[in-house]
Amino acid sequence: MSEHSTYTPGNSVEKWLDDRLPVVRFAKEHLMDFPTPKNLNYWWTFGAILVMCLGIQIVTGIILAMHYTPNVAMAFDSVEHIRRDVNGGRIIQAVHAVGASMFFVALYIHMFRGLYYGSYKAPREIIWILGVLIFILTVATAFMGYILPWGQMSFWGATVISNIFSAIPVVGENIKQLVLGGFAVGNPTLNRFFSLHYLLPFVIAAIVGLHIWALHVPGNNNPIGVEVKESRDTVAFHPYYTMKDLFAMVVFMIPFAWFVFFAPDILGHPDNYIMANSQVTPAHIVPEWYLLPFYTILRAIDFNVLFIDSKLGGVIAMGGALVMLLILPWLDTSKVRSGTFRPMFKWFYWLFAINFVALTYLGAQPAEGIYTVLAKVCTAYYFIYFLVVLPVLSRIETPKPLPTSISESVLGKAHA
Amino acid sequence: MIGAIDMFKTKFIIAAVAAMVGLTSVSAQAAEAGAPIERQNWSFAGIFGTYDENQLQRGFQVFREVCASCHGASLIAFRNLSEPGGPGFSEEQVKALAAEYEVEDPTAEGGRRPGIPADRWPSPFANDQEARDANGGSLPPDFSVLAKARGVTDPFPTWVFNYFTGYQEGGADYIHALLNGYHDEVPETAPEGFELAEGKYYNDYFPGHAIGMAPPLSDGLVTYEPGEDGVTVPETVEQYSTDVAAFMMWMAEPHLVSRKQTGFVVLLFLVLFAGLMYATKRKLWAGIEH
Repeated sequence: MSEHSTYTPGNSVEKWLDDRLPVVRFAKEHLMDFPTPKNLNYWWTFGAILVMCLGIQIVTGIILAMHYTPNVAMAFDSVEHIRRDVNGGRIIQAVHAVGASMFFVALYIHMFRGLYYGSYKAPREIIWILGVLIFILTVATAFMGYILPWGQMSFWGATVISNIFSAIPVVGENIKQLVLGGFAVGNPTLNRFFSLHYLLPFVIAAIVGLHIWALHVPGNNNPIGVEVKESRDTVAFHPYYTMKDLFAMVVFMIPFAWFVFFAPDILGHPDNYIMANSQVTPAHIVPEWYLLPFYTILRAIDFNVLFIDSKLGGVIAMGGALVMLLILPWLDTSKVRSGTFRPMFKWFYWLFAINFVALTYLGAQPAEGIYTVLAKVCTAYYFIYFLVVLPVLSRIETPKPLPTSISESVLGKAHA
Repeated sequence: MIGAIDMFKTKFIIAAVAAMVGLTSVSAQAAEAGAPIERQNWSFAGIFGTYDENQLQRGFQVFREVCASCHGASLIAFRNLSEPGGPGFSEEQVKALAAEYEVEDPTAEGGRRPGIPADRWPSPFANDQEARDANGGSLPPDFSVLAKARGVTDPFPTWVFNYFTGYQEGGADYIHALLNGYHDEVPETAPEGFELAEGKYYNDYFPGHAIGMAPPLSDGLVTYEPGEDGVTVPETVEQYSTDVAAFMMWMAEPHLVSRKQTGFVVLLFLVLFAGLMYATKRKLWAGIEH
């Protein structure tokens, strides 16, 4: 990407450094001069917001780990100790707990932005796939983090979810025991989850590095989905997008702070203020809200298909839901990226978005009556969208005429 | 004009964030089949909520004279009672209070010594089994975080609004309702075919209705000292239950007042800062068609 570089070392020290390790040149090229389409809207700020979220989780998490005790007898009280006795602990703990939810809010918005504007299409398939891997790792990290306070929902959530592994034929039970460190959730589980919960965020950070690297090869997609053609289509990343992203981050902090200071427990479950007890099962075991869409898909398969029993079927469906995302770039073959110019796609996309919210809602409802029927319908549409709607639309849809360039589209908008 | 569009988009994003958080409630618990729980008017609710010192002192009195004979509060130290944002006892009062209790201390002569403010609230039973044996098989839960371990299940769309009002008093509402929800005999509102087991009591709000705790409060049970200005507070179950629920909320969340005060300043700062950032961003982008 050196063609964007306008960096000339200012003095002999910079020159010396530049010949040996050109970090300053790299920063100038990628954090300042990087040409970015000038028509990005606010949905594009969630990438920067997510970097902020990851940073907040890592910093608060490292401090929490200094005061937390990963032992079944002491974990619950040690979290209360952080809230009560550690200086600033109640805010750090609340930021970390609320931060997990805010992370997923931003993550889902970021993904749905990519889905609408076709950001997964060539030449950005690898950016998208790395993003899906980040999503999966973040789910795993958040899930393991939720075990650590060792409340009732921590324990029973872990018990239910780890049962997923036992559905795998032949080796399932062994894998489950390896994950849990025993036959049931217990002290070994808490210890390994704590260890992995500390490790994975750094793995995520590394993949985020690759995600941004892959982004900086073709550059950003943009709301009209027409590639950058000339330099007047773009502005320098700094100061234009650094400023815009910073503004968006501050706005994002407002609902974040609202929850941290005025409703820190509203996103959690009261049962998690009861210490884990293997003898008492909560009336409803509900995972954290951000896992609910996939939990619904898991539960929706309550029937056997040939030799596949309902349990394995549910696991296959849930895994399949993630596989859909991974192979998405090859399912949607329409040459037009942006949903704005795809009159039919738009309808199915918004239906998909509503369907996803419905999947989330259904995950929190008991699996009975009308809810099981709705769960099946919504699960079916999730897969139909990827496997039928997108491939078929790619063939039959007539897209609206595309603007010839970003600049033309911007001028058209200004004069309209 | 472009600025106005940007502002609209920003608002749309905020609304989308809020809606996403709002639509995905996972609240469900306590009063499964019980009567709807009435919300009380708590002084600590809302963004300017603070604890009422007098109420916390009364609640502490109820806790100490009634509840504490069966329920522990293992995370509470005597010193907490004199800390800012709490019942507002003086350090001398707390010292004298702690000295009234004997605590276990293996390093002391005979293994016991009088309490000091740094000691935790002494548990009424040596262990869970002893607690069960003394209570007909039921385990009286520890009070330390109990007010946050209970809640109210609101029907749609009420729970959506809870995210915007910051309703966090479900636990106190539940405790208040529970303490007022006893019946001498199984009422007609009980589920069909309901049979009360021996040693259990019927309660409207307890999950399953059969609670192991006998009605703990009765009118006139605790004698409140009149205030210095001669103002008296009714000595009724209604009043006791409200006071003790407030005290339990304080035990579960002793720093609530300072949290909310900080939060108000933080939000004010963020809103002003966002405004300045927006003005800067707009000025910067003014010359660019986008």
